[in-house]
Amino acid sequence: MAVIRDKMPAFQLFQPASTEEALGVLDQYGADAWVLAGGLDTWDWLKDRVKKPAAVVDLGGVSELSEIRSLGGGLEIGAMATLRDVIRHPEVAEQFSMLADAASQAASPQIQNQGTLGGNVGQDTRCWYYRDGWSCYRAGGNICYADTPTAMNREHAILGASRCVAVNPSDTAPVLVALDAEMVVRNSTGERVIPAQDFFIGPAVDIMRMTALQPGDILTSIRIPWTFANTRFYFEKARDRAVWDFPLANVASAAKISNGVVEDIRIVANGVAPYPVRFLAAEDAVRGRQVGPAVAMEAGDIAINGVRPLRHNAYKVTLLRNLVKRSVEGAEA
Amino acid sequence: MELFQWGTNPWGQETLIRVSWDLLYLFFWAGIAFIVFHVVYAAVWLPKLARANGGQEGAAAADVPETIERHTLWARIFHWVMAAAMLVLLVTGFFPIIGIQFAWVTIHWIAGVVLTISILYHIVHATFYLDFWSIWILPDDMDEAVQRVKRQMGQEAGEIHKHGKYPLDHKLYHTAVMLAGLAVIGTGLVMMFRIENVLVPRNAYLLSEATWGLMYALHGLGAVLFVMLTLTHIYFAIRPDKFWLTKSMLFGSVDRDQYLAHHDPKRWDVSKESTSKG
Repeated sequence: MAVIRDKMPAFQLFQPASTEEALGVLDQYGADAWVLAGGLDTWDWLKDRVKKPAAVVDLGGVSELSEIRSLGGGLEIGAMATLRDVIRHPEVAEQFSMLADAASQAASPQIQNQGTLGGNVGQDTRCWYYRDGWSCYRAGGNICYADTPTAMNREHAILGASRCVAVNPSDTAPVLVALDAEMVVRNSTGERVIPAQDFFIGPAVDIMRMTALQPGDILTSIRIPWTFANTRFYFEKARDRAVWDFPLANVASAAKISNGVVEDIRIVANGVAPYPVRFLAAEDAVRGRQVGPAVAMEAGDIAINGVRPLRHNAYKVTLLRNLVKRSVEGAEA
Repeated sequence: MELFQWGTNPWGQETLIRVSWDLLYLFFWAGIAFIVFHVVYAAVWLPKLARANGGQEGAAAADVPETIERHTLWARIFHWVMAAAMLVLLVTGFFPIIGIQFAWVTIHWIAGVVLTISILYHIVHATFYLDFWSIWILPDDMDEAVQRVKRQMGQEAGEIHKHGKYPLDHKLYHTAVMLAGLAVIGTGLVMMFRIENVLVPRNAYLLSEATWGLMYALHGLGAVLFVMLTLTHIYFAIRPDKFWLTKSMLFGSVDRDQYLAHHDPKRWDVSKESTSKG
């Protein structure tokens, strides 16, 4: 079992001033390098001595990664912009208030000052079996300790599991998927743009990673198109305590509604699966119909098709159904 | 290089997880090294050796038909189904390890079930409908093996006779495939209890942690062995001097000349009077 210690394992600390410089270091160290953003996930891993990178690349000095700016097609938010930057940015508040809302519900105000948007979407799962350093699937082993009859799995997945049942804990990730955002990733060979929906990957594809980021990659920015700007948003986070807590489940929806009829909608939940889950069938059921309790209930029922609760998290089924229902009905529900 | 991968369980005990994936690269490069060696050997050394003798004379040869069925239609279907399943298993099992990520688990277990069914079919088919002993290493083969080794070493080996339906190298390959196959299929079926599938309910507690580790290790060991076996098999299948065998696995038969050049009619009787068995 991992024990928090006073001293972290030794590593080379790099504090580059530019993205290129950072990429050079990452290229040099490959899988032995660790990208440090706000540090809120990182220091736990290092102090627990579960992760022992040879090099830590601190992006805190790369100012170009903190910018928030309007582009022709949307808003670009640097991955190193803090959650507080996102919350306070006028254009975010005006056009994508749901993102500011989700960021303001992440952790605590202190953490929002330090934590970054890139770190929030790229953070690792909170499964304690995994974080304690045991040899589970996600750590390269051959078992999921959370998916056994006596496991403590109240916070774990009811959807999308494949051997590993850990969930993605991000509050901003489902919002970005709902807003059809794109993740800009750079490495030493170039840049690639990944739709947010594909950026988060489940254990069926790669059991040891939660995102498409590979060694050597840096998430440089997140682009949110104007497609759903200033439409009807809904974000709700269910958690055990009102502040400084990860979601048991959260839901984000962005809907274009005209005369009470849903023209387009994207519904995404997190905390219920290893990745933010988009409910395509529920969206199809709602699209083109008048918003109302019956339609919303139908969407909720569709969303829970195929769930597989574990011993202690069956409550998430009802929770998810109601969150999706409310996300369709909207804030006035 | 490590042979096994170990982990720590919640009780602080060291547990076996699987074979080290270093072995994947080891067996891959061992397969490549064997192929390179054989290419050189076949080009430089093999022509200097005397060919096997015997078998063309005698009454048996006179009765050999123009076309000889070497593999029945069902035997060929089995072979290609097994080959396809094996390739799918190797791709789905190892591509994620070398960095090509995709949702492989479902494809992998389905291919494993197909392989298992095809092997079960093969066991029944070969036992009751084919010449069962033709593929097994028998005392005669051991004598031949000793002769061949002596000949390779430049010693007096006496007259080496042509083989029956299957030469010694085929029999050795079949034995290796059988052992590796039993290891991956036996452990793979048990490992079905660890994943979501429609055939068996999940039960991670079916075995102790140590026994699960052994299952994964055996599965991995058989699988990495198959990397080498598959590489070498494909190599021999596309070698020009062996292509007549590959063709027979596609179309079922060899012609009279090929038969007489490689087989001893006394050890593989295909005379018109004999049965079509085998």
